[in-house]
Amino acid sequence: MKYVDEFRAPEKATALLKEIQILSQEIPQNLKIMEVCGGHTHAIFKYGIEELLPNNIELIHGPGCPVCVMPKGRIDDAIAISKNPQVILTTFGDTMRVPGSQTNLLQAKAQGADVRIVYSPLDSLQIAKDNPNQEIVFFGLGFETTAPSTAFTILQAAAENITNFSMFCNHVLVIPALKALLDNPDLQLNGFIGPGHVSMVIGTDPYEFISQQYHQPIVIAGFEPLDIFQSIWMLLKQIVENRCQVENQYHRLVEKAGNSIAINAINQVFAIRETFAWRGLGEIPDSGLEIRPEYAKFDAEVKFTIPGLKVADHKACKCGEILKGVLKPWECKVFGTACTPETPIGSCMVSSEGACAAYYKYKGCRV
Amino acid sequence: MEFDAENSSLNPLFQKIAQVRHYQGRVTDSYITLAHGSGGKAMRDLIEDIFLQQFDNPILAQLEDQATLNLASLLQQGDRLAFTTDSYVVDPLFFPNSNIGELAVNGTVNDLAVSGAKPLYLSCSVIIEEGLPIETLRRIATSMQTAAKKAGVVIVTGDTKVVHRGAVDKLFINTAGIGIIPVGINLSSSKIEQGDVIIVNGELGNHGAAILIARGELALETSIESDCQPLNDLISKILAICPHVHAMRDATRGGLATVLNEFAIAAHVGIRLEDQCIPVKEEVRGICEILGLDPLYLANEGKVVVVVPGEQADLVLSAMRSHPAGKESVIIGEVTLSSPGIVLLKTTFGAERIVDMLVGEQLPRIC
Repeated sequence: MKYVDEFRAPEKATALLKEIQILSQEIPQNLKIMEVCGGHTHAIFKYGIEELLPNNIELIHGPGCPVCVMPKGRIDDAIAISKNPQVILTTFGDTMRVPGSQTNLLQAKAQGADVRIVYSPLDSLQIAKDNPNQEIVFFGLGFETTAPSTAFTILQAAAENITNFSMFCNHVLVIPALKALLDNPDLQLNGFIGPGHVSMVIGTDPYEFISQQYHQPIVIAGFEPLDIFQSIWMLLKQIVENRCQVENQYHRLVEKAGNSIAINAINQVFAIRETFAWRGLGEIPDSGLEIRPEYAKFDAEVKFTIPGLKVADHKACKCGEILKGVLKPWECKVFGTACTPETPIGSCMVSSEGACAAYYKYKGCRV
Repeated sequence: MEFDAENSSLNPLFQKIAQVRHYQGRVTDSYITLAHGSGGKAMRDLIEDIFLQQFDNPILAQLEDQATLNLASLLQQGDRLAFTTDSYVVDPLFFPNSNIGELAVNGTVNDLAVSGAKPLYLSCSVIIEEGLPIETLRRIATSMQTAAKKAGVVIVTGDTKVVHRGAVDKLFINTAGIGIIPVGINLSSSKIEQGDVIIVNGELGNHGAAILIARGELALETSIESDCQPLNDLISKILAICPHVHAMRDATRGGLATVLNEFAIAAHVGIRLEDQCIPVKEEVRGICEILGLDPLYLANEGKVVVVVPGEQADLVLSAMRSHPAGKESVIIGEVTLSSPGIVLLKTTFGAERIVDMLVGEQLPRIC
């Protein structure tokens, strides 16, 4: 397959791995490298990348799975909206099984709520046109990767004057989350594999604080196996050469200044929320997006009464520590027993981008 | 009016009625209505015009409440009866290279065939939503007969129900099937043992991908066709050359991964797959890349997974390749004693990962 197989060539991987081996021997200590993005976590497990790395390199699976960081209270809110008989709730497939405090969207659907999976938020506008007597609410979530497409959907709804469409906005931002992680004393990292798709939107400049203030190297990486190997090699090279820089491995897609059209769309439609409660990580200031007052008629939080309750995470669930890289999934007591992909307690077990589900799915519960 | 039994045959009114009843029923409506399931004249016309005419065979033509089968002739063909049932609810009814009718015949034929049985008789029950075009039903019945003929089975009994709009989606078909297992053929997943080799008869995931595209929600254009085909002739060829095949299963819903997990659990063995040996069409790989699906879990409707003792593998493989339904047969893995109950995939980089059971649904209503 063109543009894919080139980045999965085993002989090139072998050569890169050899280079990684050589570099790692020059580093006496054990290294902890965090891949921030859930897409990387998935690829690392799918291709068995971790087990090919030298023993002194440990990968920590960070908080970059949007489904994993969605707090129970917001899921409850989405379910409450969906139970309104006038409402058709649209969302991405991953969201359906994320546990709220009592139930999930899949169960709400079985009980009669009209919940539909869409591949693009724009599909919601077509549903709105096809069902003029119903209210279509898009349950939008994700990092800066998906925010431009939802922003564009709202702009499109405004342009076409579609009045029966709104969005329940749960977009979150990567940079404040990284800051919160770096400020956590539990976390001892030696470098970051930076999120490729987020960076395609925001560029590489916003990461400069990581190297300048926190003195950590970061390499923005693509999602194919060779991308990941090369990024790890670039990180090791920085460590060996005692450099702390923002480097871009994914330059076939990521530009230094990002994508200005996407950034403008986000800025036009969304403002920064004062604070957002991340599952596992707690409240992080300035880490979420909300719909600007100018577009309030497309804001489901304005249009509908939502419970808006904050619900504490399950006591036994260690998702928080796992997202911070303090614990490995199998060190959580409920991993693989009470908490499985079929009956997830914590959200890291829901999406295939979550660290727990990736471990469970690809490495088995007997780690 | 008094009824005169002696003279009734001369009564011109009765004669006329008897004469009309003798004509074969014909459906003149364009759409199915509730009357077609009422048990009255309209239903009889529908059955005669569509099903009897197509499935034309002496057992069905009796039009009794049941088919009667001659035991003595069955006993000549083997010593055990195989009996199976399956309901078909695929959406859409027609998809590239096949339709629900052909699927309903081949699916049940294949369920019988993988036990080593020679499939002989099928039933056909249809549940129709009012409003279905008669022409659609006729096309589907024609396909069923063509498929039955190709597979060498006879549809000997059936039932027709019509329900209110919305009670089912267009058309659901149930087929049950009976086959005879020849003396000496004994397939069972519990027979799988270390050293066995796993063979499939061609590209995986075509049916699942074809259905996905046929729904038209993705605005993707491909030439992928469903692999729907009967496997009984291929299987009888395999068993003729190697009666001691350990196990066989058709990889329908849940795909190859599900079948192999069932094998590994049932026989308490490990299964090792080679990623680069697993045949997947380029376009199917592409769709999976775009949508984040795994071809190992995509449905097939004409693929059999065969587990044979290692020393017989070449013999079976060449027999399979000489059959039209098995031209692309390949060895994809082997059975080991390590990691019992687990299916492992060797990635192209030489790393190993687990191939777990499918959790949740990858795609609803594929068969």
